[in-house]
Amino acid sequence: MINLNVNGEARSVDVPADMPLLWVLRDVLAMTGTKFGCGIAQCGACTVHIDGMPVRSCLLPVGSIGERKITTIEGIGATPAGAKVQKAWLDFEVIQCGYCQSGQIMSAAALLAAKPKPDDADIDAAMAGNICRCGTYVRIRDAIKKAAEVA
Amino acid sequence: MKPEAFATSATLPSPSRRTFLKTSVTAGGALLLGFRLAPGEAATDATTAFAPDAFIRIERDGTVTLIMCQVEMGQGTYTSISAILAEELDAKWDLVKVEHAPPSDALYGNPTFKEQMTGNSNSVRAFWMPLRKSAAAARAMLVAAAAKRWKVDASTCTTGDSQVMHAASNRKLAYADLIADASRIEAPKDPPLKAVADFKLIGKPLKRLDTPDKTNGKALYSIDVLPEGVKFATLRACPVFGGKVGRVDDAKAKQVPGVRQIVVLDDLVAVVGDHMWAAKQGLDALEITWNEGANANVSTETVWTQLRAASEKEGLVAKNEGDIAKGLAQGEKLDAAYEVPFLAHATMEPLACTAHVTADSCEVWVGSQVLARAQKTAANATGLPVEKVVIHNHLLGGGFGRRLETDYVDKAVRIAQKVDGPVKVVYTREEDIRQDIYRPVYRDVISASLADGRIVGWKYRIAGSSIFARFIPGVFKFLKGVDGDSVDAAADLPYDIPNVHVEFVRDEPPAVPTGFWRGVGPNNNVFAVESFIDELAKKAGKDPVEFRRGMLGKNPRALAALNLAAEKAGWGSPLPARSGRGVAVQTSFASFIATVIEAEVLDDGDVRLRRIVSAVDTGIPVNPDTVIAQLQGGLIFGLSAALWGEITIEKGRVQQGNFNDYRVLRINEVPNIEIHVIPSAEAPGGIGETGTNAGPPALANAIFAATGVRLRRLPIDRAQLARKTS
Repeated sequence: MINLNVNGEARSVDVPADMPLLWVLRDVLAMTGTKFGCGIAQCGACTVHIDGMPVRSCLLPVGSIGERKITTIEGIGATPAGAKVQKAWLDFEVIQCGYCQSGQIMSAAALLAAKPKPDDADIDAAMAGNICRCGTYVRIRDAIKKAAEVA
Repeated sequence: MKPEAFATSATLPSPSRRTFLKTSVTAGGALLLGFRLAPGEAATDATTAFAPDAFIRIERDGTVTLIMCQVEMGQGTYTSISAILAEELDAKWDLVKVEHAPPSDALYGNPTFKEQMTGNSNSVRAFWMPLRKSAAAARAMLVAAAAKRWKVDASTCTTGDSQVMHAASNRKLAYADLIADASRIEAPKDPPLKAVADFKLIGKPLKRLDTPDKTNGKALYSIDVLPEGVKFATLRACPVFGGKVGRVDDAKAKQVPGVRQIVVLDDLVAVVGDHMWAAKQGLDALEITWNEGANANVSTETVWTQLRAASEKEGLVAKNEGDIAKGLAQGEKLDAAYEVPFLAHATMEPLACTAHVTADSCEVWVGSQVLARAQKTAANATGLPVEKVVIHNHLLGGGFGRRLETDYVDKAVRIAQKVDGPVKVVYTREEDIRQDIYRPVYRDVISASLADGRIVGWKYRIAGSSIFARFIPGVFKFLKGVDGDSVDAAADLPYDIPNVHVEFVRDEPPAVPTGFWRGVGPNNNVFAVESFIDELAKKAGKDPVEFRRGMLGKNPRALAALNLAAEKAGWGSPLPARSGRGVAVQTSFASFIATVIEAEVLDDGDVRLRRIVSAVDTGIPVNPDTVIAQLQGGLIFGLSAALWGEITIEKGRVQQGNFNDYRVLRINEVPNIEIHVIPSAEAPGGIGETGTNAGPPALANAIFAATGVRLRRLPIDRAQLARKTS
């Protein structure tokens, strides 16, 4: 059994240690908010936080996580940065199909937690790993800036 | 609208004899719902709800449930359709909930296509009047019921916020209290519609109904469903189009922990496991020998050799106005040919479909732009009658035309036939890209003549695949072999040109299946037309905006869009070296759009987007914020293709497989995009695909302005743009 801390809860899973966290979340723990997009850390749809750092869960072996804290889209609203980002996403009506947005929100929340007042270059650097096919990038940039203004 | 509207049973009436409700609790505890109305029995029991038609159901608790005749794939249609219905119904917006429609061409058929289909940017266009009339009729029935109870004339009653009011006697009745009475009123045939000036919801920037759940992981896409006992599968079809499975050695795959079953079908192999990881590991461990068949030597070169030859032949006439021979004989002549490549859709949600097949039943969970077609596909695959196939639609993680096809439903159902219990079939990204149904290659050959600085003759031949011939063969036959999609924006030019001849040469590429891709036929036409207009402007010695203005006298809506875009973009103001502005005008999908792109060409030939400005007259913008979002996103979609998009073929196989070799734009490559919506009281136009078509020609024209290099082929060829060292 592998013991995990997911969104503050202790979870145990009986899976191979090399299984990527993405599939543990989606197919074993039934937490489907974290999305599969590419499987090779190119698109960012599967982004989660490990001790607050954004990580692509599609390539992260579940056995490598240990006691570090996993935060997913289902839990990010409980963090100050996550709540600000979620609100800004709705205020700016960022979302279209929404499939990539779990990952976008996770990357943006990690950015704001680490750098409360990011400039355009910071935003580009933090968000360039998250692809959106609907093309919501302009609004993502605006929403992150707005979220950063909220004290 | 409450955020849980898509995912809880709270929106549903209690089961009655005419409706039935199915809920199942997933492994994770999330509630999945499938609410179905038997076709033709949309009306529910009058004691539980007032359901005057297939689109509206008013519950006793006051909830107004709207059943979505079109699917939500990001384009905002659930909100726009709800706004139209709620407007004419005078429903209280906060109490509106939406529900995915069940499969039924009869109840939810798109008036344009005569089947349940979401595409061609026409959800609002096609349903604008039917939904307004439907909701207005429902409102009239509620008013009549209240008037009867009060014994007053219906014309003295008004409505608002889900209530009927009688001002003279200061009485009010909630719609919820009129359910039984209204159900006994006959629906009026021609109910009065609101005047545009009286709209309270339409034309206002409404918050979308589907987005709250998309911020917190609750939104349910088909890839997320987990019916009880579900297993997970992933598949590999023969990588050579049309090839078959030969020999499969599964000894190693069976050793992979969690692998439960290997399914070998005629054309594909699937591995079923306890989770996707096991299935994927198992698939990779299989040793498969393919019978590659007749297409094993097809390459991109084969495709283009064939298409270029075809494009030199005479085609079937799609349009002929004036005297083309006379027109082309005047003044100076210019000829050009434009080429666009195969493109994959690459929706962010890879293809997925869950199915549970037994001897006498089939249940399917899918995200589809054509739900009734998907149901028929499952029926065909199983041999069961259509009514035995229960199918549930979901939010789509992107459509772009890919989910107009049902090949993935067919494959999932055929795999499920071999599996005991429900199985979720998820494509890897590689399989999603290599087993796509591609935007066809096209070659457009245009000749035009210029006299006194104006175009006097225009001969335009489009050569390429006919998607209609496969997808809607009846329409193709009706059009006598002219593919209406391929010539769409070619036969309907924005400009005033006296002698016009348009023709179509059907040339099906060897092996590669072709289908609709965002922007459809016009995504090819607009690139060729607007590039060539720029070339003609150059030949005429005129500024590209000025040249277009001179031919838009009979098209005031397009002219207004052009003037506004040029003004907002600072057309004509100085730019740094190797930077330029390009313009494109388009009138497809009944929207009038002008776009100016500012781009810089770097010394190594790469292109950096600096600024994008569009002006749009789309008639009444039902949700103006959605109009803006669709143009912004559509532009990025089209520019991804122009800058990077190309599927190539070698040995009968697609060479790309993931976002590393099928590049799409990322946030750091996208500049600010300004959209200016022109107020209008005209009927709404289409918007979802327009931006996609605007981007490529405006970019090619900007590159020409920056460098003097004319690119007539997509994606852009950076080698031609690199600064020559002398």
